[in-house]
Amino acid sequence: MRVLASLICGYVFGWGLYISGMIQPAKVLGFLDFFGIPSGTWDPSLAFVMAAGLVVTGVGYALIRPRPPLFEAQSQWPTATAIDRPLIAGAVLFGIGWGLVGLCPGPAIENLATLSLPVIVFVVAMGVGMAAHNFWQTRGTAASKQNLASAHAADG
Amino acid sequence: MANFTPISAAIGGALIGLSAVLLMLFNGRIAGITGIAAGLLDPASTDRGWRGTFILGLIAAPLTAMLLGLSVPAPAAQMPSSMVTIAVAGLLVGFGTRLSNGCTSGHGICGMARLSPRSIAATVIFMVTAVIVVALMRHVVGG
Repeated sequence: MRVLASLICGYVFGWGLYISGMIQPAKVLGFLDFFGIPSGTWDPSLAFVMAAGLVVTGVGYALIRPRPPLFEAQSQWPTATAIDRPLIAGAVLFGIGWGLVGLCPGPAIENLATLSLPVIVFVVAMGVGMAAHNFWQTRGTAASKQNLASAHAADG
Repeated sequence: MANFTPISAAIGGALIGLSAVLLMLFNGRIAGITGIAAGLLDPASTDRGWRGTFILGLIAAPLTAMLLGLSVPAPAAQMPSSMVTIAVAGLLVGFGTRLSNGCTSGHGICGMARLSPRSIAATVIFMVTAVIVVALMRHVVGG
């Protein structure tokens, strides 16, 4: 049941990215290009995606927070709170890659549907980057592997 | 602002939010694409099932749009021509999102909706960094 539920959630998420236009790198870059504000070419759409997403998620999370999930024993709400060096460095690295191409993980994977070569190259490289991080973090003991498993659920 | 599409942006954003709320209601999980995908790649992973179907659902959405005759623009024309740039960007996105434990969905939507200072900080940092990179690429390097 949880596998089917997750399929539906992925499908709704995919339609959200498609309808909002965020599946298109040009639309994302059109937002990130703040030089477009004085020249009139800036596209504020991404801000509307974020705002609508935050309102729905914020209200929805508040409503379901007290109850256990339907198909699992318990909810895995993130517990990490520290604004530490990995968070900051990782966000900077991600921001550089995102700005270079205009693809973040969701739209990148979703665009595999177009069988476009540059997208495939991007997603493979992204997978290598994620695997490299997994490898880097688990060099060592089984205990650190345990940490990694819980880290997958930490923020998203 | 010729390309500005506030209505479809808000509808799409609301659907992304709906997906995040449903995944928490059903499976008790954060709808963070980075975390979901990284768990698929982890050799020690024991819960690939729901992660895999989420990704399948994500890819099925534009395929459905194509079947319905809707336009799904090929992204290639919107991307840098250099495969090296694309590969480097992919590596940075993959490694960076794992290091900071979240991306636009996990931190930007799910984390900020929880008012998590950690996610707000991450989102501000990757947004500002990306804005600077685009400014440099388009207006300094690219001219």
